[in-house]
Amino acid sequence: MCLAIPGKVIGTYDQRGLRMAKVQFGGIVREACLEYVPETQVGEYVLVHVGFAISRIDEAEAERTYQALKDLDQLTELESPVVEEIAETDEPSYPAWMNAGDLRR
Amino acid sequence: MKYLDEYRNGDIAAKIVAEMRRIQTKPWVLMEVCGGQTHSIVKNGLDHLLPEGVELVHGPGCPVCVTPLEMIDKAHAIARSPNVIFCSFGDMLRVPGSDGDLFSIKSLGGDVRIVYSPLDCLKIARANPEKQVVFFAIGFETTAPANAMLAWRALEEQVNNLSLLVSHVLVPPALEAILSASGNRVQGFLGPGHVCAVMGYSEYDPISARYHVPIVITGFEPIDILEGTLMTIRQLEEGNAMVENQYSRILNRQGNLPAQQLIGKVFEIGDRKWRGIGSIPMSGYHLRDEFSGHDAEKLFDVAEIATLEPEVCISGQILRGIRKPHDCPAFGTLCTPQHPLGATMVSAEGACAAYYAYGRHLNPQGADKLHQIVPGPVPHDVSVKPREEREYSHASR
Repeated sequence: MCLAIPGKVIGTYDQRGLRMAKVQFGGIVREACLEYVPETQVGEYVLVHVGFAISRIDEAEAERTYQALKDLDQLTELESPVVEEIAETDEPSYPAWMNAGDLRR
Repeated sequence: MKYLDEYRNGDIAAKIVAEMRRIQTKPWVLMEVCGGQTHSIVKNGLDHLLPEGVELVHGPGCPVCVTPLEMIDKAHAIARSPNVIFCSFGDMLRVPGSDGDLFSIKSLGGDVRIVYSPLDCLKIARANPEKQVVFFAIGFETTAPANAMLAWRALEEQVNNLSLLVSHVLVPPALEAILSASGNRVQGFLGPGHVCAVMGYSEYDPISARYHVPIVITGFEPIDILEGTLMTIRQLEEGNAMVENQYSRILNRQGNLPAQQLIGKVFEIGDRKWRGIGSIPMSGYHLRDEFSGHDAEKLFDVAEIATLEPEVCISGQILRGIRKPHDCPAFGTLCTPQHPLGATMVSAEGACAAYYAYGRHLNPQGADKLHQIVPGPVPHDVSVKPREEREYSHASR
């Protein structure tokens, strides 16, 4: 469980003051925290470990590492259940999908 | 797929192995530190490709494996408490304690939840203000930034019904414990790639110098591991002992500085007990005093739990590279992934579980004897170019 999984940042947003992203891993999209790689932009690739991006990598490396992890059956953590954020009390509630793009402004 | 071939290319693997055979004059024992590397080695049979006399032994880098039994029993005691939501990474759920595992506690009505990210616990705690939410914060340095952020946010946002049961371990003190133990066989290390992506690798310099061992920070893909092994053998043959970085495409000497900063704010370093090895001085993270309101060990009365490990289990010696899974009479018989007796069988990344998963318990001769069926040495004139010059292009095949 010390391996980090590469994915593509497809959207960024703020969640209670934390810089977060939607990151695509193969066919699965999960939330990741970008606080440790704050300069990351949409379209870039990051290595994600337990929901935190720990380094930025290039596309070639991302694809290769992803496939290697798949071969080692090390992608199961991506299938963990999704926990939805409850509405922040001082803001209106948005459905989760609106966080994915730039829709939430 | 298009980028994949170069790191799985059999030609490159053959060249690296040929170069190992060319330069190797003495037997060497190397340890791969990370459980992900162990898994890759056993799955791909990389240890059988190495020249005879070069032996890979499997290190302690599996966090689930080295979490001590009494910590697991503490977790279970908390998870059984009324009014508690116990959150954990999925791998910990089937690790048996003295009495059952987290799955069995869940089936008996305990509120046990698998989380993907530690931050999920904040969401669960906010949604369940009348419950105590406890997160089982295990892991090596790779996981520490995530767990540190959880504690930091809990304090900052005053989420007072959230606490962490911390059992964090550190790689460098474990390497020192292995090197300084009597009966140590390890002469060089393949260092843990993703741990160093967070921490960098400067903290390995003093270990390499003090014990005169090469430490090569290595990835986990087959070619990475073979290349890391070659770099380590080269140092040993030349009498060198330094820290090198095979995995430079992922990490640099500094590591992730923002992550290290938050780890330092949340955790302090103290002694930590490792399953199978025992207590290692200054080998784990503990929550700093400011976070005591979020420290499950202080909030729950779980201090005095005595546990007993099965006597037959040799996982402690396996984790230190002294013995291999086949040396254990219980391996594959009394002890299986379904009924693990000790540390190295409880997680897929443990050496015993990896040997079992890839059928090595079926070979009574022991894995090392398979050398005999591997083709003989490749001619010595095949040389390996340094990484930058090597041709990785598809056109060359």
